[in-house]
Amino acid sequence: MSQRYRVLVRPKAGILDPQGQAVERALPALGFKGVANVHVGRLIELDVDDASHLPAMCEKLLANPLIEDYEIVDAAPHAVS
Amino acid sequence: MKFGVLRFPGTCDEVDAQLACERVGEAVILWHGDRDLQGVDAIVVPGGFSYGDYLRVGAIARFAPIMESVVEYARAGGIVLGICNGFQVLCEAGLLPGALLPNKSLRFVCRQVDLVVERGGTRFTNACTEGERLSIPAKHTTGCWYAPPALHERVEANGQVLLRYAPGESFNGSLADVAGVCNEAGNVFGLMPHPEHAVDPLTGSVDGLKLFQSIHDHIAAHVAA
Amino acid sequence: MSQPEAPVAPHRALGLTDAEYELILEKLGREPNAVELSMFSLMWSEHCAYKHSKKLLGQLPVEGPYLLLGPGENAGAVDVGDGLAIAFKVESHNHPSAVEPFQGAATGVGGILRDIFAVGARPIAVLDSLRFGELDSARSRYLLEHAVAGIGHYGNSIGVPTIGGELYFEGPYEQNCLVNAMALGIAEHDRLIRSAATGPGNVLILFGALTGRDGIGGASVLASAELGDADADKRPTVQIGDPFAEKKLMECSLELLDRELLVSLQDLGAAGLTSSSSEMASKGGLGLDIHVDRVPLREPGMEPFEIMVSESQERMLCVVEPHRVDDVIAVCEKWETTATAIGEVTDSGRLRVLSGGDVVGDMPVEALVDDCPLYDLAPEKPSAPIYPAPRRTLESDDPAAILPALLRSANIADRRPVFEQYDCVVQSRTVRRPDEADAAVLLLPSPADGGARAAIAVSIDGSGRRVACDPYRGTVEAVLECAANLACVGAEPLGLTNCLNFGNPEKPHIAWQLSESVRGMADACRALDVPVVGGNVSLYNEGPEGPIYPTPVVGMVGRLPDAARAGRLGFAVEGDAIAFAGPFQPSLPGSELAKLRGEALPDGLPEVDVLVVRRTQETIRDAVRRGELRSAHDVAEGGLAVALAECCLAAGHGAQVDFRGVGPSGERLAELLFGEGPGGFVLSGPRPALAALAREIQLTFVGVVGAPGDALELSLDDDATLSWPLAELREARASGLAEHIGA
Repeated sequence: MSQRYRVLVRPKAGILDPQGQAVERALPALGFKGVANVHVGRLIELDVDDASHLPAMCEKLLANPLIEDYEIVDAAPHAVS
Repeated sequence: MKFGVLRFPGTCDEVDAQLACERVGEAVILWHGDRDLQGVDAIVVPGGFSYGDYLRVGAIARFAPIMESVVEYARAGGIVLGICNGFQVLCEAGLLPGALLPNKSLRFVCRQVDLVVERGGTRFTNACTEGERLSIPAKHTTGCWYAPPALHERVEANGQVLLRYAPGESFNGSLADVAGVCNEAGNVFGLMPHPEHAVDPLTGSVDGLKLFQSIHDHIAAHVAA
Repeated sequence: MSQPEAPVAPHRALGLTDAEYELILEKLGREPNAVELSMFSLMWSEHCAYKHSKKLLGQLPVEGPYLLLGPGENAGAVDVGDGLAIAFKVESHNHPSAVEPFQGAATGVGGILRDIFAVGARPIAVLDSLRFGELDSARSRYLLEHAVAGIGHYGNSIGVPTIGGELYFEGPYEQNCLVNAMALGIAEHDRLIRSAATGPGNVLILFGALTGRDGIGGASVLASAELGDADADKRPTVQIGDPFAEKKLMECSLELLDRELLVSLQDLGAAGLTSSSSEMASKGGLGLDIHVDRVPLREPGMEPFEIMVSESQERMLCVVEPHRVDDVIAVCEKWETTATAIGEVTDSGRLRVLSGGDVVGDMPVEALVDDCPLYDLAPEKPSAPIYPAPRRTLESDDPAAILPALLRSANIADRRPVFEQYDCVVQSRTVRRPDEADAAVLLLPSPADGGARAAIAVSIDGSGRRVACDPYRGTVEAVLECAANLACVGAEPLGLTNCLNFGNPEKPHIAWQLSESVRGMADACRALDVPVVGGNVSLYNEGPEGPIYPTPVVGMVGRLPDAARAGRLGFAVEGDAIAFAGPFQPSLPGSELAKLRGEALPDGLPEVDVLVVRRTQETIRDAVRRGELRSAHDVAEGGLAVALAECCLAAGHGAQVDFRGVGPSGERLAELLFGEGPGGFVLSGPRPALAALAREIQLTFVGVVGAPGDALELSLDDDATLSWPLAELREARASGLAEHIGA
């Protein structure tokens, strides 16, 4: 049975993240104070039959392990039957 | 000698690369869906926006059938030159060290830049002298070369950096101004600037021709008698 | 036939007048249903039918010795020798860009590229003409940044170089920006294809992207009405572009044409399937049956009218003989492009829309395409100025301060921060990049006889503020400027495309601007012997604050026989003589300096002897071709002093120039240094070569390149001098735009 998952991909800590920096500069310019440590990444949502394949999918395609970290999130939490 | 220039959906500079290669030898276009490398003496992975740069630059192209053959070819010592998007594909494919990040300005920039030859005498730079300046156009959004500190150290120590941006010339923020790196074995080379756009006196500098000439000369010198 | 109820929203909500609606009733012989009404409202919109401009456009000369395809096809085309043709066209995407500048500009580029490969030509270049409000407005900075990013994104991704353009900032464009995109393509003569559907029984195939709800009603809702305060709600009707999809679509189309698999080809632009299919049928004098239930959709549950008016991007329509359909589908599959047979060519003369076997729309093709009423304008010269005077931004009257101020001003400053966002080298044809010469220059393929490689030159030039001063003479100036830019690189003009950007033509003073401008364009084209190969009209560019300046934009293509001799604009060699040439009559009213001084627009511009200007252009062109001149630069915004500064900065050499005989100061000096007008050129080269030119055209020796090598020095009367270090001029010019764009 297929289940929906969310993969969040973020730049590894310490990597130059110009997109994050650009957003961090833009928010105060729009009047939003107290914003720091902004990072911009990617979201991939997918229905999978076998969730145990997800880490391999991430390592091989969805993220570049040299420069990115990934997090697998259950997008449709439900009681385990 | 014969060059094989890859073409993926979204590749833009393959015909330009083919024209450049044809100034020193023959060149054929290799379709992404085929596995046959047609017995070429060198592979060029050209610039452009393969697969729309979807997911990550070069991330999808690396899995094309032709790339399976190219990986095998490279592991067996074949000459592979990756230009811009081609450099990105080769990094994703694990054939070159490091990765390419977005330019520090986050913008696409198209500009003629001066490069400095770090190492002459290689398969890709034997027509150049160490310290020589090459004027070559660079045009990209995602050209900031990065490697984690330990890997970067190894790359430098092994002499894998063949080209650097001259001081003040880089617009992408590459670590140590790295413009082009090769693998440990020295048979695979990737660079962000476009040497194929610096081969014709009618359109600008001809410094890029030296890289193609180097490949040709290397092949010619190593043809088994 | 099933008769769905006519929509509750009457014809007026879709932009049709009562009289137009009555005419539709007459043509159909009954009330139109929802599908038919939406299709008529689009085909009879200003954008599709040119209701208010068609009669005027008939004045434009459309014949010429090099003309291969004229107005009426997807793009015009001219013969460039060796069996080759260059197809080209300019189109506006103003209203969508004002609402969503990135996608508006991107899809503008996408649309014009499709027009080029729709005639069978491979796109080889893009140019763009952009106009926004003043840069002190956050909105204008936002529009500029995103429009440029959108153009770069689309053009770069698809592998077509953006090689030229123009960019202006004026108050009247604040609410209504202008984004005009021009494209060129190359094809062998016998490969140019037309769009007429022919052969009853032939199959209509839709290929490219899936059809969604993009831009539904875009044509009539946006382009035929002035933008009011509610335009934020119009955002859902803006199209989203995908350059990767278009790259595949382009390669697919070119391969289909190469393999001679198509009878005809048409791209889908404004009004989507409705306009493409009806135009194909109309040109062929035939009919079409379209089965909307066969159209591959991106969104579930789309209604027939939505499918017919959707403006989803990156789609093409072709007519194919039945026995070639499988081959066509196979080529599309290779290029990962969806292709579906959606209809047939018939001899009914009617456009029929079917869904699940039912006819849901049935209209005579002629009614849709040809019977839209055309309106006469009621032009009336305005009795009072329409536009407010620009805001004064320059206080000083000292020429020493004026030159850097002009170089820094938004309309003159270095456009590098913009054009560096565009790939200008892909396809290996670019001989002159932006800033190297007055026009872009692209290589043509090596000729069969092995002789010198020829090239084409292209420039895009429009005028707003000066056309507002004098719609007739301002437009003549714009055409002359474009030809002058071509002459400076050594090119002979072959044809012209134009985009007419104006306010609401139903207002008499706008009708006057439009009529006078078209008259000026017609006269100038005839005087230069340059035919109009096609173009575009964008009307209703006004809002509550008033109309835009009347803005005709001209794109001209020319040819030069030897690419190696393409002209440049910089003073390349120290010791070369500098000369001013041409029947140049500098005047300050309507100039950039007058704008910086906050002066009201003059009523009228000085007269110009077009034939003398033409003669000057041709003489300079020929001298460039013979390799006699080191540089040639047309004098434009900012006048002679700015042109001199640009020539110095381009090559990095200073100059010593003599301005004695006009008085050391005052208005007369300011007029000579900064006055504007057509017909002026700054030339450099060996003295004997320039002396020879003086026998044929008006030419005055004024100075020497270098000495000093790092400053621009002007000698005035009474031993006075004006001198600017190149570093100061460079800094002023470089920072003008850069400080607003942000690194």
